Amino acid sequence: MGWLLEWMSVEVALLAALVSPLAGAALVVALGPNPNARDGSSLVAGVVTFLCVLRIAMALQAGEPVAMELWEPTPGLLFALEVEPLGLLFALVASLLWPITTLYAIGYMRAHHEEHQTRFFAFFAITISAVLALAFSANLASLFVCYEAITLATFPLVTHSNDRTAWRAGRVYLGILMGTSVGLLLFGVLGVHALAGTTRFTPGGVLAGPLADGNVSKATLGVLLGLFVFGAAKAAVMPFHRWLPNAMVAPTPVSALLHAVAVVKAGVFTILKVVVYIFGLDLVRELHAHTLLLYVAGFTVVAASVIAMHKDNLKERLAYSTIGQLSYIVLGALLVAPESVQGAGLHIAAHAAGKITLFFGAGALLVTAHKKYVSELDGIGRQMPITMACFAIGSLSIIGLPPTGGMWSKLLLIEGAYHAGHGPVVVALLISSLLSVVYLLSIPVRAFLRPAPTAQTGEHPHHGPAPWTCRIAMVLTAGLSVWLFLFPDFLYDLVVRMTEPTP
Amino acid sequence: MEFLGYINYWVFIVLMMSGFYLFLSARNLVKKIIGLNLFQTSVFIYYISTGKLRDGSVPIQTEGIESYSNPLPHVLILTAIVVGVASTALGLSLILRIKDDYGSIEEDEIDAQDVLS
Amino acid sequence: MIAEHAIILVVVLPLLVAPLCVLLGRGTLAWGAATLAVWSSFGLALHLLGRVLEEGVLRYQLGGWAPPVGIEYRLDLAGALVMTIVTAIGAVVLPYSFASVRREIDEHRHAWFYACLLLCFAGLLGITVTGDAFNLFVSLEISSLATYVLVSIGRDRRALTAAFRYLLLGTVGATFYLIGVGFLYQMTGTLNMEDMARILTEARPDGLGPVHSTKTVRAALAFLTVGTFLKIALFPLHVWLPNVYAYAPSVVSAFLSATATKVAILVLLRVFYTVDGKATPFDALPIADTMVPLAIVGALVASFVAIYQRDVKRLLAYSSIAQVGYMAIGIGLATQAGLAASLLHMINHAIMKGTLFLAVGCIVYRVGQTRLEGLRGVGREMPLTSTALVLGGLSLIGVPLTAGFVSKWALLQAVLADSHWIVAALILLSSLLSILYVGQVIHVLLLRKRPPGAAPIQEAPLWMVLPTLVLAIGNLWFGIASDQAAEVSRQAAEFLIREVAP
Repeated sequence: MGWLLEWMSVEVALLAALVSPLAGAALVVALGPNPNARDGSSLVAGVVTFLCVLRIAMALQAGEPVAMELWEPTPGLLFALEVEPLGLLFALVASLLWPITTLYAIGYMRAHHEEHQTRFFAFFAITISAVLALAFSANLASLFVCYEAITLATFPLVTHSNDRTAWRAGRVYLGILMGTSVGLLLFGVLGVHALAGTTRFTPGGVLAGPLADGNVSKATLGVLLGLFVFGAAKAAVMPFHRWLPNAMVAPTPVSALLHAVAVVKAGVFTILKVVVYIFGLDLVRELHAHTLLLYVAGFTVVAASVIAMHKDNLKERLAYSTIGQLSYIVLGALLVAPESVQGAGLHIAAHAAGKITLFFGAGALLVTAHKKYVSELDGIGRQMPITMACFAIGSLSIIGLPPTGGMWSKLLLIEGAYHAGHGPVVVALLISSLLSVVYLLSIPVRAFLRPAPTAQTGEHPHHGPAPWTCRIAMVLTAGLSVWLFLFPDFLYDLVVRMTEPTP
Repeated sequence: MEFLGYINYWVFIVLMMSGFYLFLSARNLVKKIIGLNLFQTSVFIYYISTGKLRDGSVPIQTEGIESYSNPLPHVLILTAIVVGVASTALGLSLILRIKDDYGSIEEDEIDAQDVLS
Repeated sequence: MIAEHAIILVVVLPLLVAPLCVLLGRGTLAWGAATLAVWSSFGLALHLLGRVLEEGVLRYQLGGWAPPVGIEYRLDLAGALVMTIVTAIGAVVLPYSFASVRREIDEHRHAWFYACLLLCFAGLLGITVTGDAFNLFVSLEISSLATYVLVSIGRDRRALTAAFRYLLLGTVGATFYLIGVGFLYQMTGTLNMEDMARILTEARPDGLGPVHSTKTVRAALAFLTVGTFLKIALFPLHVWLPNVYAYAPSVVSAFLSATATKVAILVLLRVFYTVDGKATPFDALPIADTMVPLAIVGALVASFVAIYQRDVKRLLAYSSIAQVGYMAIGIGLATQAGLAASLLHMINHAIMKGTLFLAVGCIVYRVGQTRLEGLRGVGREMPLTSTALVLGGLSLIGVPLTAGFVSKWALLQAVLADSHWIVAALILLSSLLSILYVGQVIHVLLLRKRPPGAAPIQEAPLWMVLPTLVLAIGNLWFGIASDQAAEVSRQAAEFLIREVAP
């Protein structure tokens, strides 16, 4: 990989990582009439973007500072980029999974005969650009701008099918995400700026100073923390979770990458960043509010798992599982033990690899067998063995069992909760894991072990396996889950550096 | 005596308040314009009266005249009168067009027609 | 020669071309003359803005008469900024007006329309340059009288009553202003704003503190304030505005919403800062205590009312009242940051409301009505116009990467810097309401189907779409890349605040 180092400087890589998805979007629009060239350019843009992020990762490993100031429309509103370990981890995950999802989407969209594929791929690319910009934001102000940009760029994807349900879902989506971000998150961002005079992400936080000076009370800071936890509604902490099941009307690749990885992780990423770099772990530990918020997140974890058990629609079940898993990360952030924060960071990657596999599986079932409901899946594993095998691996990762990466993150989370002395949280995590065994593993079990319905009921005509691009994508992401189990060191180093900042 | 010393202000205030009251209470558009006119005129009177100096002469500079009234308010009010006339004229011509289109210059009747349309 | 007299040429040029328009008689010729005049004014305004930034305040004595007696034209940065806004909007609106006016106004009135537009334009510019309190009144009335005509010149008869009510209230506002100036003149013996400010801070002859502590000056200030509140349509003195914007011809709505209230706000700044100095309005009188609550209540109430409007132009009019509230909050804070935020929001609001009204005008051109139902499904058939409308709407909400976000950010920052947490929360609440009303328009525009049997429509003429798009792109440009607007408004605010300090 040495050639990468010589080939481009890190500043170029940083800008290129943001620009190449946009360039990809432009190419997609330009090549719209020729589907093969269009989808090819989308893939190429994805690979280039990943290489750029890889180049940034190398620079960060080598200890080079990676930062850049872009412009400042008004004092205090500075668009600036700065790469730190957590952002890099998020960017790596998003940019690696993007080309894989594109590969999947090519097969899916064609097999499903979706309309407006050009628009779809273009907005997909724009969203990725905004996600990367969010991951690399140097301060809360630019992070907020990217956060809103993501909401707007994904809106056309949610309403892609352009029917009544889609638009109703789109309204809920935009209403909740915009409402909370303008009403709560923006208020929080401005509050931080008013108190600390800056919104720059600083190791150790920026709010300890004003508290020590007596400019602000702990209660106010607690409210501020609440503004962030609920205001970043992309993290889907209850009661602001309803947009996520609604967003499932989007085509499956969108649900897979955006509503299991990029967009929702943008929410938890925001919360993690705020806890680690704005408040600082020591400060959060002193706030009484964090215990309260902790229990809200804990409740979300258990409640979402319970609801997931009752959902027969596969994508909705996965959506509620995502809501629960996102709150794991929020929990990890709010437990403020170093292990739990590391676990939260790691869970961003582990859950991404696992959940995207599950969504790929759900999408493959939909386009190939036209099955939407769990109850219809009896015996389908015989016709679609690769799909269901990958699905099983993904499930294991979400539950947190070996041989998948989900095990490490969950282990760290539970360890952190135990060290922080929050017994009920440990219990909640265990209960939710058990529930996820029921609602996730039951699916591959059903698919492989139950007999297929007999031919006389007219079900299960022979349809063969999923499109080949879909299968490749699924194998890749399932492999990623296993790889994360075998070689977690690289990511683990990153999250450790987040909690123990180098001086 | 003090009351009489401020007589110009009293005139100003009485005129202004009657004009303003008419402006607010009348439902007939022309009466409203009349009220507005009274209101404006009171201000003109106030301006001009402030320029007057006791025992002051007409502001023409000739020999033997030491004190004369301040001419500036007069100049200002000439302009203001022009503005006032213009707005009155404009208001009246608007009333004409309203009369053409609505067949009435009573505010209530006009409003009733707009609600229906 | 031109450089020397540029400051007065800006005003005189449109004033002279206005009668010319009437003499030319025909609409097309009048339009050509008006466009030339407005574009020249725009060029001069840019030149003047550059010079003010470089050299500081520009002064010009009308007819060579020195200040205390003669009228002085004095262009400071705030004035130059507003002048640039007004001329820029004029320069964009005039090419647009050609087609729109032909559609919405009777043929024989075209020449008169352009003449009145130029008069209004000249009056507004006169306010920005003048340093004389009475001259300001005259300019205000020139622009107002022309505005009444412009509003009533269309075919909608409801515009007549709207214009008439505007005339009544506008005249009352101007007369209040006149009373206030009279009181101040009585106390200071000058009409020049700078001299007034100086004399007000001087000690009284009887040794009882400075002149500005007298009751007369306070009464003057009260009259001036109420008069200008009427002109800027600050809640609860906003009643004239919705109907005026709703029933005036599209061009007029766009031009007025983007310029007239902005200039009226400049008058307010002149009253509060240039004439009286910050000390009087904000220390002796409870201006901040009344203005900020009124402004915030206005922003909330107007946003709330806007949600229930079934007419797009009325909806936008109510949103204008809300936006004026934001600007008034910044002024009421009486801090440099607040003032800068207000000025910035003034620029950005001119751009976004201009975009929105122009886009609505394009739709009116094709659809012929402004009721919300009339917009159904227009999005697919008029893509460019709809893009502009959506961009303007997003900017109005204050979505990041648009101009509206930048100024709302600056305003909130200024509010929080003074620890007004509740005010900030209420501003955000009103932004949430704006999501509702803008979302409603966008929803109808893009998602609803055209009513069955409706005739197919096409994109508005190029010369209407192009100006609309220019302003729409302005929303993005000022939202992303431009820090000049913020810098200029910061300097202007700094100057206004500093000017009053003794």
